Amino acid sequence: MIIDGSESSLKKFLAELSPVDQVGAEARAVMLATRSIKTTSKAWAIDTAISMIDLTTLEGADSPGKVRALCAKAVRPDPTDSTVPSVGAICVYNDMVKITRSELDAIGGKDIPVAAVATAFPSGRASIAVKKIDTQDALDAGANEIDMVIDRGAFLSGKIGEVFDEIKTIKEICGNKAHLKVILETGELVTYDNVRKASYLAMLAGADFIKTSTGKVSPAATAPVVLVMLEAVRDYFALTGSRIGVKPAGGIRTTKDAIKQLVLVNETAGSEWLKPSLFRIGASALLNDLLMQRMKLRTGHYAGANYVTVD
Amino acid sequence: MSNFEYASAPESKAIANIATSYGLFIGGKFVDPRKGKSFETINPATEEVLSKIGYADKLDVDLAVKSARSAFTKIWSKTPAKERGKYLYRIARILQERAREFAVVETLDNGKPIRESRDTDIPLAAAHFFYHAGWADKLEYAGFGNKPKPVGVVGQIIPWNFPLLMLAWKIAPALVAGNTVVLKPAETTPLTALLFAQVCQQAGLPESVVNIITGDGITGAALVNHPDINKVAFTGSTEVGKAIARSISATNKRATLELGGKAANLVFEDAAIDEAVEGIVNGIFFNQGHVCCAGSRLLVQENVADEVLEKLKARMSLIRVGDPMDKNTDLGAINSKEQLKRIHEITKSGDAEGANRWSPECKLPSKGFWYPPTIFTGVSQSHRIAREEIFGPVLSVLTFRTPAEGIEKANNTMYGLSAGIWSDKGAKILWAAKQLKAGVIWSNTFNKFDPASPFGGYKESGWGREGGRHGLSGYLKSDVKASK
Repeated sequence: MIIDGSESSLKKFLAELSPVDQVGAEARAVMLATRSIKTTSKAWAIDTAISMIDLTTLEGADSPGKVRALCAKAVRPDPTDSTVPSVGAICVYNDMVKITRSELDAIGGKDIPVAAVATAFPSGRASIAVKKIDTQDALDAGANEIDMVIDRGAFLSGKIGEVFDEIKTIKEICGNKAHLKVILETGELVTYDNVRKASYLAMLAGADFIKTSTGKVSPAATAPVVLVMLEAVRDYFALTGSRIGVKPAGGIRTTKDAIKQLVLVNETAGSEWLKPSLFRIGASALLNDLLMQRMKLRTGHYAGANYVTVD
Repeated sequence: MSNFEYASAPESKAIANIATSYGLFIGGKFVDPRKGKSFETINPATEEVLSKIGYADKLDVDLAVKSARSAFTKIWSKTPAKERGKYLYRIARILQERAREFAVVETLDNGKPIRESRDTDIPLAAAHFFYHAGWADKLEYAGFGNKPKPVGVVGQIIPWNFPLLMLAWKIAPALVAGNTVVLKPAETTPLTALLFAQVCQQAGLPESVVNIITGDGITGAALVNHPDINKVAFTGSTEVGKAIARSISATNKRATLELGGKAANLVFEDAAIDEAVEGIVNGIFFNQGHVCCAGSRLLVQENVADEVLEKLKARMSLIRVGDPMDKNTDLGAINSKEQLKRIHEITKSGDAEGANRWSPECKLPSKGFWYPPTIFTGVSQSHRIAREEIFGPVLSVLTFRTPAEGIEKANNTMYGLSAGIWSDKGAKILWAAKQLKAGVIWSNTFNKFDPASPFGGYKESGWGREGGRHGLSGYLKSDVKASK
C-alpha cells in the first residue's frame, strides 16, 4: 500500500503529485483531435467504440418498457447486421436493474453487464448509511457494476479522508460481486489539478474504473479532462502494476467525438487500454451515430435517421 | 488489427499546380534569367524533382534591384499608407483563400508534415499580413516620429525552414512601411515564394514592388552587395550573417539579422511534468528541429531528471515519423541531403565525446532524407552537441542542481535567441526570465509565435527584431526633426 489510509498520508500523497498546466493540457487535447482516422482504422474504431458503450438511460421517466427496448438495442444494435458487436454494458437507475438483468438474460445478452448508478446519484447528497443501502439494493437486484458518485462537497472542502473512506466502504460492499466505477463529476471539481487528485484518491481507495461525470452536470467529458484521467491511470499502473479503467460520460454524441476519445486513449494510456474492460463510453445517442457511420463505410451511402432504430 | 494503427490519411496533391519551370519574378511578371541557367527543386521526402527554377546571377539581381528602385521612387513611396494597407489586407485574404494549396506546396517542397504547414505556417503567414496591414494608417502614431519614412529598397534573404512564413515576416513589414523589396528564397524551397508572386499579381499589387529572385548563396551575395539597396534583412546561419555584416560594414546599408540559436529549455522540479514533456517534444521535434529557436538543450533539475526522461522517452515513442503528406505525421523529412549530412556529422561527435544516444524504434522510409527523433543524455557543457546548432531532431539533455546553476548553464552559449522555463511557480518564472539572456522567453510553452510579438536574439543570434512595433522600426526611418 502506498498510503496507510489516514487523511494526513492521503494529503501528503496528493500534494506530491505533479501539477497540471491548464494551457498545456488543453493544447495537447486539441492537437490529438487533429488525428485523421480513415478507412480501415475508422472501421476498427467504430466497432471498438460500439463495444465500449455503456448504453445509458437515466431519466425520471424510465419505465420497464423503455428499459426492455434498450436491452434489445444493446444486444443487437443493428437488427439488419449481425456483425455489429453488442455494447459494453447497460447503465440504469437501481430500480431498473432487475428488469434489465432478466431481460438481457432472456434475449441472449447474458454477457452484457448491468451497471447501476448508486450512492444517491447524481448529487451524492445523502448519509453514508443511505449510500450503503443504495449500493446493496443494486447488488441484490443483480447489478454487475456500480457507478458511484463521490462527495464533491467533501472533496472541495478538503475532507479527502471522508471521500476516500466512502469509496472504500462502497468497494467493500461490492466485493467480488461487482466492479466499482467512481464518478468524479469533473464539472464540479473544475480544475485539472482537482481531477488528477480525485482520480488518484479513487484509485487508491479501490476503484476499478474512474468515470468523468454523471451526465447531469455540464461540462462533462471534455477531452482535456479525459486526458488528465488517462495520464493518471497510466502513471498509477507504472506505480502499482494495476490497470484501472476510464469512463468518459456525457456529451459524447458523434462518431467523431468517440474516435477522438479512442485517439486520446491510444496516445496517452496506450493501446492496452483499448478494450471494454478498461475503457467505456457512457452515452445514449452516440450508438446510432456510430451505426450510421458504419453503414456509410460499408455501403458508401449515408442512411437517414430512420434506418436505425430509435431505441 | 490488435492495435489502433492509423491507416494512411494522405492530403491530396491535386490542389497543387506546380509548373514544370519557373522564371524570376521581376517587374511584376515571370522572366527568364538572362543567361538561361536553372536548377531543380526536389521533394526531400521522395527525392522527386518538383520543378525547374530560374537561377539569378548578378545581372538578374541588378535588374531586380533597378525594378524595385523604380517602383519605390515612382509608385510605392507615393502611395498613401492607407492604400498600402489595403493591398496587404488583400494579400492576407488571398493567402487564407488559397491556404490548402500553399500548405500542400510547402510540404512537398520542404518535407515538413502537412499538419504543421496547414495549422502553423500558412495561418501565421496570413496573420502577419493582417497584423501589418493594420499598422498602415497608424505609422505616424507608433513612436517613430511625426512622419516616419521608408528605408527604400530592401534586399531580403530567407531560409528553408519556414519558407512562406519567413517571407511573410520579411515582406509584410517592408511593404506597409513603404519599402519595395527584392526577396531571395532558399535554394531548396523556392516554390511557395513563387506561388506568392502569383498572389501579388492576383492582388493587383503595383508591378515591381515585390521582386522574387531565385538562386543560391552567390545570388544572395550579389543582392547583399548591390550598391543600390538600402537595407539587408537576412534569416539564416550565423556564419552567413557574419559574412553579410562584414560586406556591408563600410556602407550605409542597414541590416537586421536573425541567426542561429541553441536554446535552453529549463525544467524545474516544480514543473507540470506531463505538459513540460509535451513542451520539450514541441520544442525540439517541431519542424524536424529545423527551427532557429528550437529548444535543443534540455536543462532539467537533477531531482526530477529520471522522471522527465522516462516520460520523454515514452512520449517520443509515439512520434509518427514518415510521409509528410499524411495528416497524422508528426515528424517529416530532413530538408536536404546536405543538412542530413551535417546532422550525421555533429551527432557522431556526440557519440565520440561520450554522450549516450537514444531513439525510439521507428522505420524510416528508404527514399528521401530522414533522421529519427534522437536524444543524447549524459551531455556536458563542453560537448559539441551542447554548443553547436544541430538544426535537426536531436536534443541534448543536461542537468542542474540549483536554479542558479541552471541559469548559468543556460546562458553559457554564444547564442541567445530563445529559452523556455517550466515551473508552476510564478515568482520563479519571473526571476528566471530576468536572468536569461535570450530574445524570446517562453514560460510553460514553447515555439509559440504571434505577429504582434517581437522576435530576435542576443549575442550571435542576430541584430534587430522582427514582428510587433519593434520589427516595424527596422523598416522605417524615424522623423528625427519632429522628435527633437
